[in-house]
Amino acid sequence: MSLHPPAQLPDASGHFDRFGGKFVPEALYAALQQLEQAFQAAQVDADFKAELADLLTNYTGRPTPITEAKRFSAEAGGARILLKREDLNHTGSHKINNVLGQALLTKRMGKTRVIAETGAGQHGVATATAAALFGLDCTVYMGRVDTERQALNVARMRLLGAEVIAVESGTQTLKDAMNDAMRDWVASVDHTHYLIGTVAGPHPFPMMVREFQRVIGTEARAQLLDRYGRLPDAVAACVGGGSNALGIFADFIPDTDVALYGFEAGGDGIETGRHAATISNGEVGVLHGMRTYVLQDEDGQTRESHSISAGLDYPGVGPEHSWLAHTGRAHYEPITDAEAMDAFALLSRTEGIVPAIESSHALAGAIKLGRRLERINGEPPLILVNLSGRGDKDVDTAISWFSIDTSGVPSSEQENTAQEARTADDPSLGELGKGDVA
Amino acid sequence: MSMAGTSMDRGRSGTVLADIRAGGRGALVGYLPVGYPNVEISLAALRALTGEGDSPGVDLVEVGLPYSDPVMDGATVQRAGTRALERGVRTRDVFRAVETVAGTGTTAVVMTYWNLVERYGVDAFARDLAAAGGAGIITPDLTPDEAEGWLAASDAHGLDRIFLVSPSSTDARLASTVAACRGWVYATSVMGVTGARVNTSSLAPELVRRVRSADPDAMVGVGLGVSHGAQAAEVTAFADAVIVGSALVNTLLAADDAGTPDDLTGLRALVADLAAGVRQTAAPGTSAASAGLVGA
Repeated sequence: MSLHPPAQLPDASGHFDRFGGKFVPEALYAALQQLEQAFQAAQVDADFKAELADLLTNYTGRPTPITEAKRFSAEAGGARILLKREDLNHTGSHKINNVLGQALLTKRMGKTRVIAETGAGQHGVATATAAALFGLDCTVYMGRVDTERQALNVARMRLLGAEVIAVESGTQTLKDAMNDAMRDWVASVDHTHYLIGTVAGPHPFPMMVREFQRVIGTEARAQLLDRYGRLPDAVAACVGGGSNALGIFADFIPDTDVALYGFEAGGDGIETGRHAATISNGEVGVLHGMRTYVLQDEDGQTRESHSISAGLDYPGVGPEHSWLAHTGRAHYEPITDAEAMDAFALLSRTEGIVPAIESSHALAGAIKLGRRLERINGEPPLILVNLSGRGDKDVDTAISWFSIDTSGVPSSEQENTAQEARTADDPSLGELGKGDVA
Repeated sequence: MSMAGTSMDRGRSGTVLADIRAGGRGALVGYLPVGYPNVEISLAALRALTGEGDSPGVDLVEVGLPYSDPVMDGATVQRAGTRALERGVRTRDVFRAVETVAGTGTTAVVMTYWNLVERYGVDAFARDLAAAGGAGIITPDLTPDEAEGWLAASDAHGLDRIFLVSPSSTDARLASTVAACRGWVYATSVMGVTGARVNTSSLAPELVRRVRSADPDAMVGVGLGVSHGAQAAEVTAFADAVIVGSALVNTLLAADDAGTPDDLTGLRALVADLAAGVRQTAAPGTSAASAGLVGA
């Protein structure tokens, strides 16, 4: 992890040019300073790095492999799609990378309790896991709407010994969970660490979470050089808050020949207003302690976001993504619910991998990208996709989206389900199939 | 930024507090959000807050601007704010509210989360607030570190800028924050968000002492947790002003929930109790311990 010098941004006050910063109640200022000092000290502490590296290897199961998705790639204009398998991490997603780092910092700061916000529940599960491992008290805030659509993860967190609080305020989703976690922290900061799960929030969170997730791109870059003898032409990831994306982007940012693509949740489509495509459709504002792109109304009130994926259903985005978009170093595009679900089904059927719906946005984006990118010296382009999580938690959503029959009755004996069954069987009939298939 | 050593410009709102302190008591600052239970009734509630007829009211009004993501507000203020937004309150309504309060002869400041000001335009907001007769802004999620634009706009339009200090603020930070304030300093007395509490915090007297050691002439208001007149008196025994919010908002929520949103009787009774409370204040210098705040 130390092969690359720390990125120059953010600056000392936590800004990525005009983005980022610390827009927080004074009551939290001291805690943010303490956290930043603990993080900086840990970054140059061989014991800390060794302890984290040991956990990542022997607890999480890193390094995660790269899988070339050959049958899936057939849908992608002949591009070769390579999956970074963060879904194979312990707890089922990339979230554990950051959680273990911050949990170790919590111990070093002498704090005994962690709190977290969660959308899909992946970060909550990862936090509850680390709390169990380190013997920390744990409270997870989760919007009421999300507890209902991700009931399995609520049960997992409770099994792991965490308290799960269903947030009833506001839109009852991720942003409101973050508000309530922030309120808890203001009142409990002397013994509690707020373990933010993404590259958002006030400085130092965007920087710190990026550094704890950097391992994804560091590994992938070396794996590609080793196996393919070259860097990818493009790197693709889904972006909600943006931690899996920055994790895989970070080490490629200096490689200017490598295009970086973030795929946001387009929901029902940008034109409907029901989406969570913050960079594609938001405007610069202040939310959750940072200046960044925000989905907001004329007055600056946060607009309700929508996505089929709870983990991307957030009206803000990490400030470094805003900066990467602003400078043109990375590109951000929306993927609709329907496109993501088609990719979800396609990967399941062509590769035997059921992806998280969040990651399915990156997969759908990679297909579009593959059809757009030209062959280079006669070679198909290499697209590295961060498969940030696995889809076990999303099976209920898939059952209802595809009208999957779970009755056990052979479909030939049923009536009126032929159309649904056909859609589920053949995702190329959906949005993605309408394009020019190679 | 360091202006340590110089004493704070009291501006308009700090001068109100200083004059009351010179008269031998502490000041009462009352918070209500514009737009709750709706814009029209909120204007009536703000007028009631300033006292009516011979009954004294608050000495300084804090007009809150509802926000979708109010991380410093407890459940009470959140609930009122959410309903106000559902019922259509807009940023521009805050200027009507300030004008209404100014029309009663009582000084008004606005309390708002920062994104609403940025969205309106920092200079435009300052200009329109000044034109409405407002004295300044309290900024719960903006510290001087990020306030470059606001420092300039508040200077340009002669507005007070009231930043928050906390028991966790270091001495150096306390000094630089106090130096960046104009008007007065808002001391958050408990480690927590707003909301009525049974006991006010023992951290408050120490925080007020620390602010005064950073600037002996600074006016200090203490907020978070006061819900009746006797508590208000305890706070003004050691602080220049006591800030009351959630308890006042509760009276409006109770009326709204009872189906009589325009019934301000509960509000008037609480204002009278609080106003009487600060008029019972022991002489400045009374120790907090004797007021029953310290010891637990």
